[in-house]
Amino acid sequence: MNGAQIPLAEGLNALMAGLILISAFGMVATRQVQGVMRFFILQSAFLAISAFLIGYSRSSIHLWALGAITIAAKVIAIPWVLKRTLPGDLYERREIDQVLNIPASLLLALLLAIAAEFLVGPLVAASTDPVVRVNLPIGLAGILIGAYSLIARREALPQLVGILAMENGAFFAGIALAPDLPLIAELAVAIDVVLIAVVIGVLTRDIKRVIGTTQAAGMTELREGPQPWH
Amino acid sequence: MTRTIAYNFIQLLFVIGFAPLYAGVLSRFKENVQSRRGPSIFQPYRDLWKLFHKDEVISLETTWIFRVTPYLVFVIPLFVTSLIPVLTDYPLAFAFMGDMLAGGFFLALAGFFSALAAVDTGNPYGPMGASRTRMVGFLAEPVFMIVFFTVSFVAQSTIPYIVQQKWIASSAAFFSPAHILLLIAFLMLILAEGGKIPVDNPAGHFELAMIDESKGLEYSGRGAALMKWGGQMKFLVLTCIFLNVLLGPWGLAHGQQPGDVLLAVPLILIKVLMFVVVLVVIESSLAKLRLFRISEFLGAAFIISVAAMIASIFSGSAV
Repeated sequence: MNGAQIPLAEGLNALMAGLILISAFGMVATRQVQGVMRFFILQSAFLAISAFLIGYSRSSIHLWALGAITIAAKVIAIPWVLKRTLPGDLYERREIDQVLNIPASLLLALLLAIAAEFLVGPLVAASTDPVVRVNLPIGLAGILIGAYSLIARREALPQLVGILAMENGAFFAGIALAPDLPLIAELAVAIDVVLIAVVIGVLTRDIKRVIGTTQAAGMTELREGPQPWH
Repeated sequence: MTRTIAYNFIQLLFVIGFAPLYAGVLSRFKENVQSRRGPSIFQPYRDLWKLFHKDEVISLETTWIFRVTPYLVFVIPLFVTSLIPVLTDYPLAFAFMGDMLAGGFFLALAGFFSALAAVDTGNPYGPMGASRTRMVGFLAEPVFMIVFFTVSFVAQSTIPYIVQQKWIASSAAFFSPAHILLLIAFLMLILAEGGKIPVDNPAGHFELAMIDESKGLEYSGRGAALMKWGGQMKFLVLTCIFLNVLLGPWGLAHGQQPGDVLLAVPLILIKVLMFVVVLVVIESSLAKLRLFRISEFLGAAFIISVAAMIASIFSGSAV
């Protein structure tokens, strides 16, 4: 591969790939809900920049629109919606209780990233496109790490962020593979994602109001009448 | 040949001469950002001057280790300096005597002796600080190793002079995920090794809380001055590795003439000054971590460096 001929835009896209991977690790490593949310916003912003860059280097207007949708939906709308629907103490301070501690989670996230590189190895070898070579493994790593934080977190909001991070990973791999995806499909996904955020936000608020906790571990039993933990 | 040896000595003088200035600018600028006045940027020189003119007191209970350590701590950063590019972007006389791994081992040797010397006196605070320094040290070591391995994967070499040219070979190499992840991991490592804020508070003088400072607690006079100066030089050397080898060789002298090398001195100082800004932002915006969170911090650095390695092996985009 001749490195000198790769335009700057694709180099910068690789930089965004590195930053997206780091923010995925950050989401796993952070204890506070606010911090997880911040890393998610950062990751979405990097994703949008990457869409702009690939859109520029392939002169695809679709990707520009996609980047704009990403900023509107994930950087602005979702944090705003969650901030509006959820009670403040849930959003701001709570330290997250995890199934595994942070170093073990980070190591697992690393293993997932390695597994992602292995899994897409044959696919990447078949492609000569530098963008695909960068985006595909890191997109898959993003999906796997998002899925992991969905499993390991016990709070509703970080679990939601896990789902959204999976979507980010799929998006990042997708813009490299299918740059001319119909706009309507992406628009539908973007609106879907915001709707998911609204539904989970409202649901979480009501769960918090009725039960008094949003820890998934505390909701394994269904009971009627007065709750034992009140 | 004589000329490259002379340049090598200019590099040594650069590190010896400007390490206290670097520490002074860093602390002054940090105080200013935190809206305090702060000491003069030349304060570290005055401290050293004062310490060299004071009497030295050495406990009768100590062994030769205690006496030898200040000299080792002072000299070892100079060994490393002669291996790395500080002012020139072409290899100098001693460049092929050792690679980055050798530099890491040298620094570890200094750390080992200063930990032993801290234990040597029997003062309760010394061993406590020494054990904490070792904790940070052994958590930082794997990151060092992985960073060097990644570098050797990318550049096919661990000689710093060869490595630095690889990153600017193309924009793809410079912006490759491996390079970016490597830079972040090494930055975290510098913070830990230099005793900067998320890991240790360099301005704190409370014996129970200090990590890096406590190693020199028992020294006075010349010993204290050498320990202090050596620590400052070590930090400047790490900064030079970060800025010149891992980031990119901008500002380094390219020509062979003495004038080119002397011109590189202010350029490198400007580069270091820009790094000071980054450090001050980090130090002023973060809080010191609790002792047992340090393992998480360095664990994160380790994860990032391994991610850099797999990115460089699998995607091969850095070549």
